[in-house]
Amino acid sequence: MPDSTPRTPALVAPALIEIDHLTKRFGGFTAVDDVSFRVAKGEVLGFLGPNGAGKSTTMRMLAGFMIPTAGTARICGHDVQTDAIAARRVLGFLPEGAPTYPEMTVAAFLRFTARVRGFSGGELLDRIDTAIGLTGLHGVRQQTVETLSKGFKRRVGLAQALLHDPDVLVLDEPTDGLDPNQKHEVRNLIARMAAEKAIVISTHILEEVDAVCSRAIVIAHGRIVADGTPAELERMDPSGKLDDVFRKLTMQAA
Amino acid sequence: MRVTWIIAQRELAAYFATPVATVFIVIFLALQGALTFNLGNFFDRGQADLAPFFNFIPWVFLLLIPAITMRLWAEERRLGTIELLLTLPVTRGQAVVGKFLAAWAFCAIALALTFPFVLTVNYLGQPDNGVIASGYIGALLVAGAFLSVGAAISASTKNQVIAFVLAVAVCFIFAVASYPIVTDFLSKNAPVLAEVARRISVFDRFLNFTRGVIALRDVIFFASFIGFWLFLNTVIVEARKAD
Repeated sequence: MPDSTPRTPALVAPALIEIDHLTKRFGGFTAVDDVSFRVAKGEVLGFLGPNGAGKSTTMRMLAGFMIPTAGTARICGHDVQTDAIAARRVLGFLPEGAPTYPEMTVAAFLRFTARVRGFSGGELLDRIDTAIGLTGLHGVRQQTVETLSKGFKRRVGLAQALLHDPDVLVLDEPTDGLDPNQKHEVRNLIARMAAEKAIVISTHILEEVDAVCSRAIVIAHGRIVADGTPAELERMDPSGKLDDVFRKLTMQAA
Repeated sequence: MRVTWIIAQRELAAYFATPVATVFIVIFLALQGALTFNLGNFFDRGQADLAPFFNFIPWVFLLLIPAITMRLWAEERRLGTIELLLTLPVTRGQAVVGKFLAAWAFCAIALALTFPFVLTVNYLGQPDNGVIASGYIGALLVAGAFLSVGAAISASTKNQVIAFVLAVAVCFIFAVASYPIVTDFLSKNAPVLAEVARRISVFDRFLNFTRGVIALRDVIFFASFIGFWLFLNTVIVEARKAD
């Protein structure tokens, strides 16, 4: 069942994300089990799976937050374990739940991440303005993060991930908690940036896959159970509905 | 170094953005004042020095410094911001040292605000201000030592209450390592360790500073003590960051 043939874009464009036999065990429990895939420039990969399937764990290993039990990952050729700082420089990462420092204002928070990333002076202000513009945070610049709604908080996390215009974006549930209009905006934003970057988004909202992803990987119990374009995935069930395919794939693996 | 400094700045600003800074400084000054003037018999002693002040300060630190450090990493873990911080292009060491320096700078600010004691004693008599200065340096080093212990403990838990209680306990052991409470127990059970314990007592080392003696070996002691705990802190952050 797992479709292991590489997708066409991976063959023509250089792979910016390479995940190489990544495995993570917690005690006796295997959260991620020998996962390998590549994401090329221009691809938007939807990372699907039920809760607890290993999506966040995979993304955390990719971002260098968790240490893999076995295997490794590379971002733009930089190994996330042996060349961690270089890998993180070219990565924009939105952690699950979009954590931010509650007592900081939006502007101060973005200023902090921009300075850590080495920006200063006029460029720093430009970067912050651009990120605020892209994520529609104008109105709340001087508000502290703790006073913001869930949707705004998520956008602050997104702004932080986009700030340095990274080649690779890894977004863990970027549209979670957003209202339909905001979801639409974030998807448009992702679609606009898609050509220049390699993007991985995790989601359990299946309509999102059709809306923004050029490719989808379904993961269940830590293993890849499907890998293909949204259209290819839909063909895997007679009903032609992603919902049914998803259920079939993830229940089967149980 | 630059990144360490940016992290320290953010952290220090966070103290002042929340009531933590005000509460800490007010309680610290009130406690220190009450102990010095009442229990320490500051006036009745009839001596122009800050001995009562420096007698109490390590005990006040023992109680209050774990209150600063308990949130240092535990809060970061609870909010999930540790995942954000450690996926920025920042090394573990930079994050650990940055946070420590912020907490230390905060203690230095609190300590600086005790200047009215110095003014008072100078108004009332002719104290040896060199001794007072060396006492302040010693106090800052004691603060640093306790902070490094508290920070490492904070990194090992998500629970701030646990971080606080454990930090007080561990700081207490190092504080009074040369006191009978520790040495009696050790000489009975492990005489070798009793000798070691006498040498690693934070309070004993501090005593030299309050007498106006800044000995190189005491400074080296504090530097290695802080260095050791910061190293341990880095190891704990690395090992437990994702738990």
